[in-house]
Amino acid sequence: MTTSRDWPLYEVFLRARGGLDHKHVGSLHAVDARMALEHARDVYTRRQEGISLWVVKSSEIVASDPAEADAFFEPARDKIYRHPTFYDIPDEVKTL
Amino acid sequence: MNTAQAGRSHFTYVLRLADTNLVLAQRLGELIGHAPALEEDLGLGNTALDLLGQARLLLTHAGSIEGRGRDEDTLAYFRNEDEFVNATLVEQPNGDFGDTIARQFLFDAWQLPLYERLATSGDTGLAAIAAKGVKEARYHLRYSSGWILRLGDGTAESHARVQGSLERLWPFTAELFHADDIDREMRAAGIGADLDAVRSDWERQVAATLAEATLERPGDRPWRWFGKRGEHGEHLGRVLAQMQVLQRAHPGARW
Repeated sequence: MTTSRDWPLYEVFLRARGGLDHKHVGSLHAVDARMALEHARDVYTRRQEGISLWVVKSSEIVASDPAEADAFFEPARDKIYRHPTFYDIPDEVKTL
Repeated sequence: MNTAQAGRSHFTYVLRLADTNLVLAQRLGELIGHAPALEEDLGLGNTALDLLGQARLLLTHAGSIEGRGRDEDTLAYFRNEDEFVNATLVEQPNGDFGDTIARQFLFDAWQLPLYERLATSGDTGLAAIAAKGVKEARYHLRYSSGWILRLGDGTAESHARVQGSLERLWPFTAELFHADDIDREMRAAGIGADLDAVRSDWERQVAATLAEATLERPGDRPWRWFGKRGEHGEHLGRVLAQMQVLQRAHPGARW
């Protein structure tokens, strides 16, 4: 008998409200995209957590290799001039 | 017709809707912890809670129409089997997953067009409950029809089994569209839905989904079920025993 463990894994992204980005909230098993979206709705939005869902097959995600983390991310560490910390941000801007 | 009789019919009409939701919610609740996957457990549980929420509103509304001080709990826990007027379809056992899905699909495809019509009922309380329920019913139908497609157009075994589920449950659908005196009276009063119109929407939905799922529409057969008259088969008694035992053993118990 096949169980849900044999079903493909999908990653779930949720937009909490208008103006915000979709954020990764977890993963689940489903046999197809439609079921993944329904499962995401049933598992991750039961308490009104969001207004929009994305699901994507985990196997479709290309991830950086932790072993290469130094080469990928270290070079940015000593370049503080790339941070826009010299601007004044108006109070009215809430979600920057 | 006198006012008392009209009130009685109105009460029974709303109670039938309430009981049908309540019994199906209880049936789906039996699956919590037993569904084939964690995600399905939550999906079926969510549907059960939607139906239970509607049942509570409907029972409360029925109690106020009756005007004898019976609240939702009194109506749910302290009526006996022959006082329950749910559709016979929803008391059928969960069976295998195909049975559960087929029962849900046949039910959802009925409830959505029914609620769409009741949303404009002359009974504004009922109309408000139906208008809220439409959104829930639309999602339930999406869920159950998705599974009908997967099972019907899946493997040879899933196809054969869900076709068998449809054959077994099909005879219970006739009752959903059979208008009796109460249905006709409530329709004439501008409260009840036109069951012929509900049926044509149901037929269209069912035909489209079954065709896409490569399943065959079972033939109509003679039927003799009248759950909505309080005439039940062997199953409802056990459903109620489980649902009511706590309140009967400890009346008024809260948690």
